[in-house]
Amino acid sequence: MIVYLAKRLGIGLMTLLLASAAVFAVMEILPGDPAQLMLGMNASPDAIEALRQQMGLNDPLVWRYLSWIGGLIVGDFGRSVTYSSPVLDLIAERAVVSLPLALMSLALLVAIAIPVGIFAAARRGRFGDVSVMSITQLGVAVPNFWFALLLVYVFAVWLRLVPSGGFPGWNAGLWPGVKALLLPSIALALPQAAILARVTRGAMLEVLGEDYIRTARAKGMPRNVVLWRHALRNAMIPVLTIIGMQFAFLLAGTLIIENVFYLPGLGRLLFQAITQRDLIVVEGLIMLLVASVIVVNLVVDLAYGVVDPRLRTRQ
Amino acid sequence: MSLLEIENLRLSIGGTPILNDVDLSIGAGEVLGLVGESGSGKSMTALTVMQLLPQAARASGRVSFDGFDILSANEWQMNQLRGDDIGMVFQEPMTALNPVKTIGEQVAEGIRWHTGANRRDAEDRARKMLERVGLPQHLFPLSRYPHELSGGQRQRVVIAIACALNPKLLIADEPTTALDVVLQKQILELLRDLVDENRMGLLLISHDLAVVADMADRVTIMRNGMVAEAGETVATLSEQKHPYTRQLAQASVHVPARAEAPASRPRTDRPPLLEVTGVTRDYPGRWTSLFSREKPFRAVDDVSFSIREGQSVALVGRSGCGKSTLARIVLALDRPTAGSIRFRGEELTGLSEVALKPARRDMQVVFQDPYGSFNPRHRVERLVAEPLHLADPAPSTEERRELVARALAEVGLARGDMDKYPHEFSGGQRQRLSIARALITRPKLIVCDEPVSALDVSIRAQVLDLFADLNQRLGVAYLFITHDLTVARAITDDVLVMHEGRIVERGATDEVLARPSSEAGRLLVEAAPDLDRALAARRARLAAATA
Amino acid sequence: MSEMEASVSAPPPAAPRHWLRHAFANPSFVAGFVVTAAIAVMALLSFFWTPYDVTNLVVADRMKGMSAQHWFGTDHFGRDILSMIMVGSRNSIAVAIVAVGIGIGLGVPLGCWAAARGGLVDEALMRFNDLVFAFPALLSAVMITAIFGPGAINAIIAIGIFNIPVFARVARAGALSLWPREYVLAARAAGKGKVLITVEHILPNIASLLLVQGTIQFALGILAESGLSYLGLGAQPPMPSWGRMLFDAQTRLIVAPHLAFFPGMAIAITVLGLNLLGDGLRDVLDPRLRRQR
Repeated sequence: MIVYLAKRLGIGLMTLLLASAAVFAVMEILPGDPAQLMLGMNASPDAIEALRQQMGLNDPLVWRYLSWIGGLIVGDFGRSVTYSSPVLDLIAERAVVSLPLALMSLALLVAIAIPVGIFAAARRGRFGDVSVMSITQLGVAVPNFWFALLLVYVFAVWLRLVPSGGFPGWNAGLWPGVKALLLPSIALALPQAAILARVTRGAMLEVLGEDYIRTARAKGMPRNVVLWRHALRNAMIPVLTIIGMQFAFLLAGTLIIENVFYLPGLGRLLFQAITQRDLIVVEGLIMLLVASVIVVNLVVDLAYGVVDPRLRTRQ
Repeated sequence: MSLLEIENLRLSIGGTPILNDVDLSIGAGEVLGLVGESGSGKSMTALTVMQLLPQAARASGRVSFDGFDILSANEWQMNQLRGDDIGMVFQEPMTALNPVKTIGEQVAEGIRWHTGANRRDAEDRARKMLERVGLPQHLFPLSRYPHELSGGQRQRVVIAIACALNPKLLIADEPTTALDVVLQKQILELLRDLVDENRMGLLLISHDLAVVADMADRVTIMRNGMVAEAGETVATLSEQKHPYTRQLAQASVHVPARAEAPASRPRTDRPPLLEVTGVTRDYPGRWTSLFSREKPFRAVDDVSFSIREGQSVALVGRSGCGKSTLARIVLALDRPTAGSIRFRGEELTGLSEVALKPARRDMQVVFQDPYGSFNPRHRVERLVAEPLHLADPAPSTEERRELVARALAEVGLARGDMDKYPHEFSGGQRQRLSIARALITRPKLIVCDEPVSALDVSIRAQVLDLFADLNQRLGVAYLFITHDLTVARAITDDVLVMHEGRIVERGATDEVLARPSSEAGRLLVEAAPDLDRALAARRARLAAATA
Repeated sequence: MSEMEASVSAPPPAAPRHWLRHAFANPSFVAGFVVTAAIAVMALLSFFWTPYDVTNLVVADRMKGMSAQHWFGTDHFGRDILSMIMVGSRNSIAVAIVAVGIGIGLGVPLGCWAAARGGLVDEALMRFNDLVFAFPALLSAVMITAIFGPGAINAIIAIGIFNIPVFARVARAGALSLWPREYVLAARAAGKGKVLITVEHILPNIASLLLVQGTIQFALGILAESGLSYLGLGAQPPMPSWGRMLFDAQTRLIVAPHLAFFPGMAIAITVLGLNLLGDGLRDVLDPRLRRQR
């Protein structure tokens, strides 16, 4: 188990390092001089040169990469040019919207998809299965931002149950905050839940065809008991993989959904930073998002170890 | 009254008839052998008793267990019987256990379910049961997971699950087919002891007449979903009244006619065809913690032997002894860690694929699985012609077809079969196709990896005849890898016994099989099921009982 | 990120060339085929004929509802929505086709290579996969657009890059399950090299896996393209695109909800059709799953 975890951790760190190199390289080949951008088109060459010195832009490439990485490790993401405040503060300010949104979506996703998938597998071929699977087939096909628009139209414009967008801030209390994130998280979670429910059903059916299910039935245990006690845990192995991948989709999805609901989250920050060419913010944000994908996948690997005893003794 | 009585059982699955008027009965403490070739319906009969058939199955007739009508029982009633009064052991121990639950949980589960015992008591009982099947607590604690056990050990766990509540009837569906002969013997002995101790009825399903002759009081022989013959074991199998019984019995002891006795074969002074010297193959051990690693696993350990032209050599051993690894090294499909392979006087180790070409032309292979050894998307012509890739110069299209036709004729297939796909052939025919493919380059040596293990006995006899015939006619040498001594006896001159990576015994086949000198060889010979020997032993036992 | 287990099951018992006949007996395949074909025909038709010219702005007719003249109504510039959806389908389909092409063209050789070579090559490919998977497709699209500016081409590149490891993974997993097969061993014993074996034995037997994955990635490509154009990172105006139409509809949701309805339906129906096609193909090509149903 330790060997397995160490290996996964090593791979995660390596991926993170490679990702940072990729992000840095991409930002390097961006056209335009950051110093010039900061000072505007009318700045004198001397002033630009002075700023370049100050920002360390004239240092060798490797040195700049290392100092950037070093900064990231100690939590120094640099200063934003347009907001003239530390990037980390900006991120922290926006993360209080995006993080709860992503977590609420993840919770909804799992809470809806897995029971639905198990239900469909248990009544394979019957009315319940067929109708649930038809709905998921539709759900998979619907783009989340369009689904978000439909939700806004029905619940905000028509029924006036929730606000159509914006975020009151957590200072306004827990409920108004949650209420503002409710539609966005549903819009994010449901299309992904349709995928996960299908995966869960498929994994359950696959496992239910295994020999050990027949062994358990030969012990005299009813189908439903066997389903819960023997099939579920084995079926969780592929399901966990998909959940890990879906977290990346949820994170990316917040970029879009925050635009639909005018939420002041990380996604909005990223877009503003890109349009304003505030590269240091873009770099920091992308690294943060990539790091969270990698961390979630590490958690998934850990969960494999819990679910599957074979991993605890094998590599 | 019998414990289990089946009368006029008919079964169809999705409209296809599977069983037709099957009758059989088992008394308490009695062992009934249910014999038949694949597709004869023997497993379906067992699943009918358990009511674990596919959903599309429809059964009619009468199946009564201990006076209880199984065919009209509901699911709840069946659940009361399964695992409590009727236990079942399956063929494939590697997949029969849930990989994410400990063996203790899996054995105790049925006990708790049926008796309502608390966890402690159920685990106590599970522990005793595991101990009874030969998995003592100090070596195999309840907390072990299936993947930590070998195939034979897993089958013991499956038996423990089936017998945990002292069922009145145990159904064992080919319980030893996936195991080697030594493990087979141990498992069969365990089953017999359990039957004797608890006066269980045992329905033993097998394709192997020798196993059944050894174990069963009575036999029922099935063919095409019908009972061909049924009766007391010794009488049925020795008198062989029914032609099908005779056919099966003869096929299972079949020895191909070979013109030359092995001893009379001229020993030439020419260098051997194949010379293996000091071959070793290590596989790296796995990491046990961050800084330490298991010792490398030595699959093949300092093996040397040689094969002359036209000689047929058997390589026998238990599963996992390294014989298949050795075969792959000989075929230059795997590289040895140390040692040398000389073929036709030429060193093969370390050669590039291109340099290997001439050697490959003279050395071909036949695998075990007649289903897995062909690319299902190609036609026979292309499949059989594959080794012609090695031919130099490459034959023209007409020459190719001619060569394929000749190879097909040699193995008893028609020219017209060239344009068919592999799925259009039966298992035995496909193995003929494999042999045709191996023959097409006129090789001097064919390495055969368990080439008849997956075949039914009657087909196996035909394929063995073919192997013997080709050896006689074309002078092909064989390296015949098998765990089945009957096969070795049938068509090889010499035998090598392999155990834990080493060759522990070698000599003329008849000699070694009659008087094995090594421990490993002795175990193999003693464990090998043999129809005549089993019948003689049973007769002696019966005589002793009546005297 | 652990690899997903995939394996190649035995091919259908019937001769491989007859699978299309099976396919047309499969309701899911037929439904998917009909929908997909209809969308493709619509896209082709738009090159020759649309009800109205989408470059023609008729301000007097702006934001009209559904009518006999304008079946799906008009947008805020008075353009015919049906015509815009027809023209917009070209963009979605083209982006998805090229992105899947990039994925198959680069991913499949990579996956096959890794499976055939094993060792370091395989390890390197898996780490490359991990790297790309750490960047959600949309994020890498955002990055690429940040460098090169928005546009359909950059959307294609971004989605295509994400498809490479997807196909590499599927091809690798399928190929790995085939290499130990006896018929591959027999081919090796026949002296065939790794390239030849991959072409003759591996690729034909993983083709069905790739075909199914291809339809899935095609559907995902259409979804991703619409998302990018919705964010303004895909096709640029005046070229109509489904995502862009939804963005324009968002601010006018209260006055003209039909603006948001039809482009969304177009995306959903296209993706649904492709998914049904993929499911149908899987059922037809994978007898193991067919047995389960």
